[in-house]
Amino acid sequence: MDNLLRLGKYTVVRGILIVLTVAIGVYLTVVIATMGGYMDKILEAQIKEQVGLELQGNEELRRLPQAEYRRYYDERVAVLKRSYGLDRPWIYRSGRYLLNAVTLNLGRSERILSDTGSSEVRSIILERLRATLTLILTGQLLLFFTALFTALYLSRHYGTRLDRAVVALSPTSAAPAWFYGIFLILIFASLLRVLPYGGMVVAPPPEETWAYFLSLLRHLALPLSAWFIGGIFQTTFYWRTFFLISSSEDYVEMAKAKGVPPRAVERRYVLRPTLPPVITSFSLMLIGSWMGAIILETVFTWPGLGRLLFQGISLNDAPVIVGTTVIYAYLLGVTVFLLDLLYAALDPRVKMGAGGRRMA
Amino acid sequence: MKAFLARLKEFRRYPSAVAGLGIIGVLLLVSVYTAITIPYGEAIRRWRPTDERWLENPRFAPPQWLNVLPGVNRPETIVVRSGQQGQKSVAEDGRFEIVLPFQFPYDGFPTELTLFLSSQYAVLGPYVEVVWITPEGPDRKEIPLWTRSVKRAERYIVSSDGELASRLGGRAPEIGLFTAAALGVPKDQVKPAKGEYQMLIRGWMFEEDGDVDAKLVVYGQVHGWAGTDNMRRDLTLALLWGTPIAFAFGLVAAVGVAASQFTLGAISAWFGGGLDAFLQFITRVWMTLPALPIYIMVGMFWSRSIWAILGVVLILGLFGGGVLMYRSMFLQAKESPYIEAARAYGAKNMRIVFRYLIPRVIPVLIPGFVSAIPAYVFLEASLAVLGIGDPSLPTWGKVLNDSNIAALLQGHYYWVIQPAILLLVTGFAFALVGFALDRIFNPRLRAI
Repeated sequence: MDNLLRLGKYTVVRGILIVLTVAIGVYLTVVIATMGGYMDKILEAQIKEQVGLELQGNEELRRLPQAEYRRYYDERVAVLKRSYGLDRPWIYRSGRYLLNAVTLNLGRSERILSDTGSSEVRSIILERLRATLTLILTGQLLLFFTALFTALYLSRHYGTRLDRAVVALSPTSAAPAWFYGIFLILIFASLLRVLPYGGMVVAPPPEETWAYFLSLLRHLALPLSAWFIGGIFQTTFYWRTFFLISSSEDYVEMAKAKGVPPRAVERRYVLRPTLPPVITSFSLMLIGSWMGAIILETVFTWPGLGRLLFQGISLNDAPVIVGTTVIYAYLLGVTVFLLDLLYAALDPRVKMGAGGRRMA
Repeated sequence: MKAFLARLKEFRRYPSAVAGLGIIGVLLLVSVYTAITIPYGEAIRRWRPTDERWLENPRFAPPQWLNVLPGVNRPETIVVRSGQQGQKSVAEDGRFEIVLPFQFPYDGFPTELTLFLSSQYAVLGPYVEVVWITPEGPDRKEIPLWTRSVKRAERYIVSSDGELASRLGGRAPEIGLFTAAALGVPKDQVKPAKGEYQMLIRGWMFEEDGDVDAKLVVYGQVHGWAGTDNMRRDLTLALLWGTPIAFAFGLVAAVGVAASQFTLGAISAWFGGGLDAFLQFITRVWMTLPALPIYIMVGMFWSRSIWAILGVVLILGLFGGGVLMYRSMFLQAKESPYIEAARAYGAKNMRIVFRYLIPRVIPVLIPGFVSAIPAYVFLEASLAVLGIGDPSLPTWGKVLNDSNIAALLQGHYYWVIQPAILLLVTGFAFALVGFALDRIFNPRLRAI
């Protein structure tokens, strides 16, 4: 009961911290855009559209002469601008924009439309989120489990040829995934012509589920491989080193001497105490992966958030860029929060309430 | 200090790291050479696609060294000027004749053919007739190309002359003018005729002190050390200038970020209490900021200058994972017995900091900082690939962005591969050195 209480308190504290973090991240986004005058533009466009719709709907007003209609329109826009605070200093407006952004009221895009034809930034982003999650989740899960089990294997077979190869290859992670993507496209799409250059499924998308899935797999193959090559060696090397250090501790020797079976030693005495730092390193990786995916998606024309951001840049669509940045602030916050919870579940010190959070 | 140098000597035990150091040395030399021979402003001016000198370059040409490969003999660009290789004769009555001869010994066809004419006159421009003469032999032909009274600067793009193409039996001029093959021959068997070609430009000048000069450019399939892009720019310039920029960006960012995180970690550990808690909070918030989208927003809304982006990178790097790491190291060091001993014998604060604390942290600082450099080099390239690179600056990432990766689709491999390899080599060099330094300075790792 006591433990549960402590865990609950920990969760709440971390939750508040994350909410604050996201708010600060979003606010920073808003400040950068506000000072560039872009938030005002986004809001102004929204007001004008609203007034336009309003006047269109009014039969009487539509019959007014052109000049008078125009005057009425301008007046209405001015009133709304005042009520939205566009005549106030930017620090006041930025607070309002923060509220809008936090509640995901992201305005309308200037050029980009969603697949369903909506210009609402929120629905465009929601549509793209699925593709990004597909890529990142499969990529990270693949990387995490492969690296974990390979690292454990290598710590058992330390000094073998495979081990030395992983150590030697670990500097390859200096280059990001998208970079390996270029070479993979060159080899498999351009020279061998066995896999597609990019995209998520063939156009038009197949009707049957299995054909769709197969096409998705074919398109996933290259970006996933790029992701994998970009991260696997260094991650495996780091974790193997963690495991090696931890398996040279006295208590491990003691357990071995007692005759505890090797698998049990690994699980209880090596893996258990090293998991918290492994999770920390994984969470740093995951934070980086949200950013890395932006360019990976661009290179592979994967229709996710990163590609949306790229389209926003090329079409100079300010609302989309601001909206996507806000969403990334949220995604990072949620990622860190979930990993914190996982950390709490794994690290006994959180449950026992001893000390704070240890950084690995 | 001595111990520090002794440790550096161990470096020799890591051949890959020595190789990495060698590569860094070569790249540094290239940087210095580039910065001296092509000054910064000059490089920016030249990289503009409108720069006149690019007019003599072909589009999409792979590098010239391809011709070294056996069996490859692709045409290089040939420029014939009336004042140099060409002969010009002007008669009393204003008749003139310019012969522009050139050797064509290649196995492939040129990509384009353009004649540039510049003439001086007051009122009435000269009248010009252009004739093409194929190499000597039984098939020698004289093909009339173009007649016109020309303006002061005239450009005749022979290869886009549709009328000429139809006279050549539907073959593009840059092919039809260079082959003796009969019209029925399948496309892939049409070979160029080797030998001396001539372009004959004759006509009348109507004014006493008028003059005509001609320049014929036979655009090749290969060009320069690194090839050219879609705007005829020589990629050599971008690949050369990419080196100092990558170095400057990577080094400044890595040094700045490491220094600020180191300092903040030290402050946090030294003062403790409320300040420590506050700095830790800020760090945790800072680490969860969406860095890349923020760079993008700054690039979109404020400034695309690479130095502005560098500033933002430094600001966003101010607090980072490093702060927490250095803090915990300082905390450990602060409470270790030898510091206590130093205090006991009456060492001053300064002495403790410089003699005992900093040397203790340096083993982590240096490898970490060296290993961080590639990340920033690639960050610059990433931003350029996303399209928010400095528009005026020729860098590796900018070349990748210009090539749009889609160049791979069209078979322009050199365009993508060259900057990619340079990035890769630079990244690996620093990573290898950082890796070795890590093992040298952290004996705990060395055993493993």
